[in-house]
Amino acid sequence: MDYKNYYKSLGVDRTATQDEIKRAYRKLARKYHPDVNSDEDADAKFKEAGEAFAVLGDVEKRAAYDGLGAEPQGGGQGFRPPPNWEQNYQFSDPPHGAGGPDDAAFSDFFENMFRSGSRSEGFSSRMQTAGQDQHARVTLDIGDAFRGTSRVLTMRVPEMDDAGRIVLKDRNISVKIPKGVHEGQHIRLKGKGAAGIGGGPAGDLFLEVAFAAHPTYRIDGRDIHVDLPVTPWEAALGGKVAMPTPGGEVGITIPKNARTGQKLRLKGRGLPGKRPGDLYAVLKIVNPPVTSDEGRALYEQMAKEISFDPRKSMGS
Amino acid sequence: MKKAKSHSNEGQTIDELTLLELCHFCDADEAWVIELIQHGVVEPHGSGLAEYSFGQISVLRAKKARRLERDLGINMPGIALALDLLEERDHLRRLLGRYGMAS
Repeated sequence: MDYKNYYKSLGVDRTATQDEIKRAYRKLARKYHPDVNSDEDADAKFKEAGEAFAVLGDVEKRAAYDGLGAEPQGGGQGFRPPPNWEQNYQFSDPPHGAGGPDDAAFSDFFENMFRSGSRSEGFSSRMQTAGQDQHARVTLDIGDAFRGTSRVLTMRVPEMDDAGRIVLKDRNISVKIPKGVHEGQHIRLKGKGAAGIGGGPAGDLFLEVAFAAHPTYRIDGRDIHVDLPVTPWEAALGGKVAMPTPGGEVGITIPKNARTGQKLRLKGRGLPGKRPGDLYAVLKIVNPPVTSDEGRALYEQMAKEISFDPRKSMGS
Repeated sequence: MKKAKSHSNEGQTIDELTLLELCHFCDADEAWVIELIQHGVVEPHGSGLAEYSFGQISVLRAKKARRLERDLGINMPGIALALDLLEERDHLRRLLGRYGMAS
């Protein structure tokens, strides 16, 4: 297992007071809470701060952690606890029971050093309990919403071992995501949560859907927005152009004398579903670099024949 | 053979939850959900507890409320304010993204 530098996780000195540690944790928790911060690494940073605070925020555990000394030279990989570690420290925190997904996700370092003991008490194999529901987030590509997809998720779940102790195990769950999902929606997988105890029914697994940012498409609820580049002559003359969309190519009619920023709506071409969303194409006129004499001649002709001052409305 | 058996890994989208289901989903009791309603965090359809149903947006807001309460210790008026402000922020971010100015 790898040594974790909890002081570094919270950004405090080893000499910090309990109050300073609490303040540092609260600040990080607010900043990186996954419901507040949508950055990809926010969830990991939130958990890291939570794990660090679970140790440093508790005077007993902090003393035990300090007893391990500073971070070993070379980054602390392959860390081994000192002999008799478990006999020396008994933590008096309440047993974690079947544990939510959040406290199930701490590092091996935490689980080995600061959790041992507290998970092994209290459960008789005769007891029958339904497994806990579990919640997770799944990030999909926009195309997945149109076609449906499947994913293999790795969940850390509490299970009972042969000796009747609750242990954390990594479990791979393959999941079929139906088409037509959208951001913030939940998907239920019946019986795929934590296993029941003593023959009790398993809990459910709930997945919250998020979409990965896409370079071309922007999602707003069920609607999709996209910039549609058109040539100056397509904009001037109008007509049908082919536009790639996440759901396949569609024809879209450009009105005559179209302007940059003009918004065209394709009803029902947004995210699919019972009530499919719309697709909004925002026109963007793109002019080609003129490199040939013929091209230049065309522009010169336009300059001569079309009277147009785009700066007319600007003040002098 | 019913298809439920052969497609046990097939996810079902949640369109609506009853009051009881929402309590279960959030691992909370009825009184807590009623407090959510009183603060306008969620808006049920139907009249009367037995008929209440909660749409996708309410389900998501209830879940966020539970986590904000648990992880950051925010009280109910604070949760309602935080969720509204977060929604407004996300809306403005989407607008910025539309103009190519996403942060």
